[in-house]
Amino acid sequence: MNSLLDSLRGIGARVIDSIWRMGVATRFFLMTLLQSGQSFRRFHLVIREIYSAGVLSLIIILVSGLFVGMVLGLQGYETLQTYGSEEALGVLVSLSLVRELGPVVAALLFASRAGSAITAEIGLMKATEQLAAMEMMAVDPVARVVAPRFWGAVISMPILAALFSAMGILGGYLVGVVLIGVDEGAFWSQMQAAVDFREDILNGVLKSVVFGVAVTAIALFEGYDAPPTAEGVSRATTRTVVTSSLAILGLDFILTAFMFRGV
Amino acid sequence: MSDNLIEIHDLSFAYGKRLVLKGIDLTARRGQVIAIMGISGGGKTTLLRLIGGSLKPTSGVLKVDGVDMSGLDRDALYQLRRRMGMLFQFGALFTDMSVFDNVAFPLREHTDLPEEMVRDLVLMKLNAVGLRGAHDLMPSELSGGMARRVALARAIALEPSLILYDEPFAGLDPISLGVTGNLIRRLTDTLGVTSIVVTHDIQESLRMVDYVYFVSEGVIAAQGTPDELRASTEPFVHQFVHGEENGPVPFHYPAPPYADELELAA
Amino acid sequence: MQRATLDLWVGIFVVAGIAAILFLALRVGNMGSFDSASTYTVKAEFDNIGGLKARAPIKSAGVVVGRVAEIGFDSAMYEATVTMKLDTRYKFPKDSSASIMTSGLLGEQYVALEAGGEEKMLSEGDTLKITQGAVVLENLIGQFLYNKSEEAPKAAEPK
Ligand SMILES: Nc1ncnc2c1ncn2[C@@H]1O[C@H](COP(=O)(O)OP(=O)(O)OP(=O)(O)O)[C@@H](O)[C@H]1O
Ligand SMILES: [Mg+2]
Repeated sequence: MNSLLDSLRGIGARVIDSIWRMGVATRFFLMTLLQSGQSFRRFHLVIREIYSAGVLSLIIILVSGLFVGMVLGLQGYETLQTYGSEEALGVLVSLSLVRELGPVVAALLFASRAGSAITAEIGLMKATEQLAAMEMMAVDPVARVVAPRFWGAVISMPILAALFSAMGILGGYLVGVVLIGVDEGAFWSQMQAAVDFREDILNGVLKSVVFGVAVTAIALFEGYDAPPTAEGVSRATTRTVVTSSLAILGLDFILTAFMFRGV
Repeated sequence: MSDNLIEIHDLSFAYGKRLVLKGIDLTARRGQVIAIMGISGGGKTTLLRLIGGSLKPTSGVLKVDGVDMSGLDRDALYQLRRRMGMLFQFGALFTDMSVFDNVAFPLREHTDLPEEMVRDLVLMKLNAVGLRGAHDLMPSELSGGMARRVALARAIALEPSLILYDEPFAGLDPISLGVTGNLIRRLTDTLGVTSIVVTHDIQESLRMVDYVYFVSEGVIAAQGTPDELRASTEPFVHQFVHGEENGPVPFHYPAPPYADELELAA
Repeated sequence: MQRATLDLWVGIFVVAGIAAILFLALRVGNMGSFDSASTYTVKAEFDNIGGLKARAPIKSAGVVVGRVAEIGFDSAMYEATVTMKLDTRYKFPKDSSASIMTSGLLGEQYVALEAGGEEKMLSEGDTLKITQGAVVLENLIGQFLYNKSEEAPKAAEPK
């Protein structure tokens, strides 16, 4: 009886704790937005963060995009061939990349490459009292450290997703047209007929912007909220990857339901 | 303008439920160097944080430059902090910036000085701590003592009117120690700065400070000018000045009796 | 403002991103070929549109000349109203006819425009008079079976 009560109490405490944390995270996010003025007045701060979040993620994004596209080309060809419509390969590769895989896989890679780096960096800055020192110098760490990282990463994400999709389509082209020998004209023209700029491409870009905001907000909060110890920072880093991956997939479902239903 | 830059009266502070400071009284006159001493874990860093405004007192009065710190909003606090410098116990240098950029940081954040002027000022401050030659090293390439000296240069970059030092002497060799001590004294005298120095180095403190407070178990256990303290026969002060283990100051963190914990009684 | 190699890299990154979006827009997608600036709107009523969807192509002689903008239901006539956007480069006579066709046996459905003989050309807001709805496979099969069953007794009679 007692142990039952205890475990119930434990669950209750955890639920309250997570709701509490959610509230703190929301306040932190709003504060970041409020303190963003400086990021745009001193844009070189953001440029630096575009470098570390975007440019440093380029290699992994480009290579993964190429391979994902090649696999799509190969698998898609096998499937389409059985229905005798291998010309639709371009459509299959491009639509799956532009609508889904580009934004989602790029965001997942981004979460584990750039998101974890952001958490670790901010967590360590906090653990070594760098943020406290900044505050003692009358410089708001949210405005000076958090907001530029937020905007740098949010700007980088759609660029990375677009590069991922473009690389993937090239990969599908390489496998489908160059290696297997699907008709090149049909590959591109069917693709063009089926992919709409506004419905597919812009919606894909919009998705990646949403994912970028989610991943970055999670990464920044986890870092800022991490206990100031080595263990605390390492746990926060893991949590960033797990939470933002789940957030990406969940948001993807919601966005897809809104964007592509009934078209 | 009052003569006292810092006035603390009956100040208490608790981390959660643990009362760390219990009724501190302390004043610092303008242009003085004040030392805060006491055993490790006695609440000295906590006291500095309270003065710097990163912690709010649980009860009591804390005034810096006549301003009551407990009723301060963020903007007013930041305004006040522009006139404060703080040297953190472990330096707290920004690890993603070079030594030069670290020292230039407060200048670039708070002034619109042209880059040449920033450069001159930074090199001047670095020269004062003897590290002008190290200006393009990264913090990871510095030793602990060097890092602390860079942090000192950064703390004085804006020529504040109050500087808080958390253990500026720890980890310094005897030469740097003497030089740093003299630097603190000289800054205080030439710029009219008030300095609060938390330190364990009793000899260096007695040599250069104007007044000493001993913090023990959350209260001011003793205070006086260096001369008064050297002459003091109070057992507490005597133990400290001569560094003895046995005396009224417990070396151990509160714990159950040693024998019980090792189960020797069984 | 001083330039750093970092700025160069970020510049390359942004340019590459723009190039990727342009590639997606121009090479992969069909941006702007039929946007509102260079199209005129024509309506047609069909008794049945089958599986026609918005954005389906409108073809004449097999060439895509426009797209279906909107599909509505006319509750007075109990008919489907299809709004089509045609490229201004292509002009059709007023008495052209529209029919809904299927590409291949099971492919997507599209609207086929057949040019008429009149002098006057279609303009913004016109409605096509002659239309032919979709051929619904189920109806076709039903009709076929019905005809067969009608034929069967006749064939049996002479005996
Ligand atoms: N963030 C915190 N949360 C809870 N307790 C704390 C925190 N920081 C310090 N303490 C406790 O408060 C007491 C005073 O700590 P403080 O850091 O002020 O000591 P100190 O006098 O600076 O010691 P040292 O000379 O070793 O630096 C210690 O017992 C410590 O356990
Ligand atoms: Mg301390």
